[in-house]
Amino acid sequence: MRHTISVLVENKFGVLSRVSGLFSGRGYNIESLSVGETIDPQVSVMTIVTTGDDSVIEQITKQLNKLIDVIKVTDMTELDHVEREMVLLKVSPRQQDKAEVLNLTEIFRGRIVDSSQKTYTIEITGDEKKIEAFVELMRPMGIKEFVRTGKVAITREGIKK
Amino acid sequence: MKISGSEILIECLKKEGVKHIFGYPGGVVLNIFDALYDNKDLRLILTRHEQGAVHAADGYARASGKVGVALVTSGPGATNTVTGIATASMDSIPLVVFSGQVPTMLIGNDAFQEADIVGITRPCTKYNYLVKDVKDLARIVREAFYIASSGRPGPVLIDLPKDVTVGKADFLWPELDIRSYKPTYEGNKWMITQGAQLIAKSKKPVIIAGGGVILSGASKELREFAEHTDIPVTMTLMGLGGFPGSHKLSLGMLGMHGTYYANKAVQDADLLIAVGMRFDDRVTGKVDSFAPNAKIIHIDIDPTSIKKNVRVDVPVVGDVKRVLAVMNKVLKEEVKEQWGEVRKAWLKQIGAWRAERPQTYTHSDEVIKPQFVVEKIYELTKGDAIITTEVGQNQMWTAQFYKFDKPRTLLTSGGLGTMGYGFPAAIGAQFAHPEKLVIDIAGDGSIQMNIQELATAVINKLPVKVAILSNRYLGMVRQWQELFFNERYSHTKLDENAPDFVKIAEAYGAVGLRATKPSEVEPVLKEAFRIKKTVFMDFVVDWKEKVYPMVPAGAAIDHMLFEQAEKKAEKKLKAVK
Repeated sequence: MRHTISVLVENKFGVLSRVSGLFSGRGYNIESLSVGETIDPQVSVMTIVTTGDDSVIEQITKQLNKLIDVIKVTDMTELDHVEREMVLLKVSPRQQDKAEVLNLTEIFRGRIVDSSQKTYTIEITGDEKKIEAFVELMRPMGIKEFVRTGKVAITREGIKK
Repeated sequence: MKISGSEILIECLKKEGVKHIFGYPGGVVLNIFDALYDNKDLRLILTRHEQGAVHAADGYARASGKVGVALVTSGPGATNTVTGIATASMDSIPLVVFSGQVPTMLIGNDAFQEADIVGITRPCTKYNYLVKDVKDLARIVREAFYIASSGRPGPVLIDLPKDVTVGKADFLWPELDIRSYKPTYEGNKWMITQGAQLIAKSKKPVIIAGGGVILSGASKELREFAEHTDIPVTMTLMGLGGFPGSHKLSLGMLGMHGTYYANKAVQDADLLIAVGMRFDDRVTGKVDSFAPNAKIIHIDIDPTSIKKNVRVDVPVVGDVKRVLAVMNKVLKEEVKEQWGEVRKAWLKQIGAWRAERPQTYTHSDEVIKPQFVVEKIYELTKGDAIITTEVGQNQMWTAQFYKFDKPRTLLTSGGLGTMGYGFPAAIGAQFAHPEKLVIDIAGDGSIQMNIQELATAVINKLPVKVAILSNRYLGMVRQWQELFFNERYSHTKLDENAPDFVKIAEAYGAVGLRATKPSEVEPVLKEAFRIKKTVFMDFVVDWKEKVYPMVPAGAAIDHMLFEQAEKKAEKKLKAVK
């Protein structure tokens, strides 16, 4: 099963290598990995998407916790959480498809961030399903380039009633 | 007052109570060596190879329980430590290794004798550091010793660029504060109580003791636990000495070359109490068929060791010594079950297995049997010695035929299986215990992997004894070739007379002795133990001898090959395949 794991780490050089080395050294798979500073510049957060059965995920969590530079490991999949990923797409539609590209971008709440005579660059943010759907719809329009950030995730807070 | 990085390093080592450093100089560590030159508190022992230095520091650590320290130069000096560091890492041995590095401004430029040792050792250290500023040095050294020796111990490497050893700073001994590293020592009380309940209900329990018992100093608690509950104890290779080998509840070692009765007991058990061990494949054999009827209580300080290889019913994360102390208390005060009668039947069954196939070998008056040499060493030392081993048949025969009664008396490379470990480790152990008899039980293959350390032993007047079981083969590999590769001895035959170990010993200024007949074994050993010098003993042993019992790789651990039924068992094995 696919899991999104959030890892708070010391913001030091070499930490990314320790984490990625753990995955490669023990044969675990990384589907995506994103890293960035938190509000505290001494702490970074890594969001790792990985797959494995329960015992593999348990080992991954424990092995991550064992790393000296790891402050906290949270398996987001077990919690109510929000996941987002951003994608930048460069499409080169035929003349007759241009309106459809703009239309779909609007429907998916994307934004055109750059355009030329032949291309549009679209920024789109969302969860996996939304992005997949958008990419599928864009595919016939002629995708020239495609980059994605990898997932980031945050837990939802309960609302008191 | 500002002092240099080299001086700060020495102050830190003194604060950490370091007395011995094993090392080898080189260009970028000249300043540190210069600072050591006049120092009276720290003794640097010059080995003849950096691998030897790290193994010696490792042997020192295993024998004394303190942190072992090594100091080497950059580039090849640093890369030569990798095998030693990986050896210590696999066996959870606390080491701090200092490597020199090219000046910070040259790092990444492929400078002369530059190696990215922090990158290279990342997977085989518990943690490692590159010191970028002399102001961080004291804090890093302090953290390194703490990380190496706390929780599940392990090696830590500190890479010291030359400019850091020259640069000046105030020496301040910092407070320890590592927010992301907090080992768990106290076991969860509820889990321990659950475990105690299982123990009370169990009819056929077995304790498996591992290296964690020795590392946490839990031998007393383990013995109290086993004796109170009347549960037999088997040990992993790393656990030998954690429980007295001559105790009536001891089943000896289990696993690939374990005793018949230990493996039978584990396979038939309804409860395993795993204490400070990690279910290595050499212990479990085929995991799916391992202890099929047993519930498992697993006590270990490292949460990742639990449920890694086998299913666990009651996990207890914590320091073995503390957990066992609580367990003993719970069993005595809360459980109070009477298990006398139930245990009698179980111990009787184990006794029957023991009688059926005792740990033994075929004696000979013609040729020296390697097991005979090990037995004689045990008999003459009465177990009062520190034994190191190399890796292979010599290691397994030592584990099988020498009864280790006390912790820290067997120093052996268990996890990594490093040939060439035993001799430098013996040198390290002798520095830790100058008054003790230290013996390396070696093979003629392994001893040649760090034979240059003869110079270290002789120059430092160390009375280290090396008993070489010379079969003129790389015996363990030859054994596998005989059993599983139709006797095709591909590249395992060593030369009949080269080297002449007696002459080698003499060339280095040590004493060389040789025994070629069984009747000569005891006189040679007695002579070696009498001489207060480094002694090499060359025992020309039966080359055909194999380590039995043996569980073929990938088989269940009660599927054993025995010497007596060699041919029959081979056929059976083929049937299994």
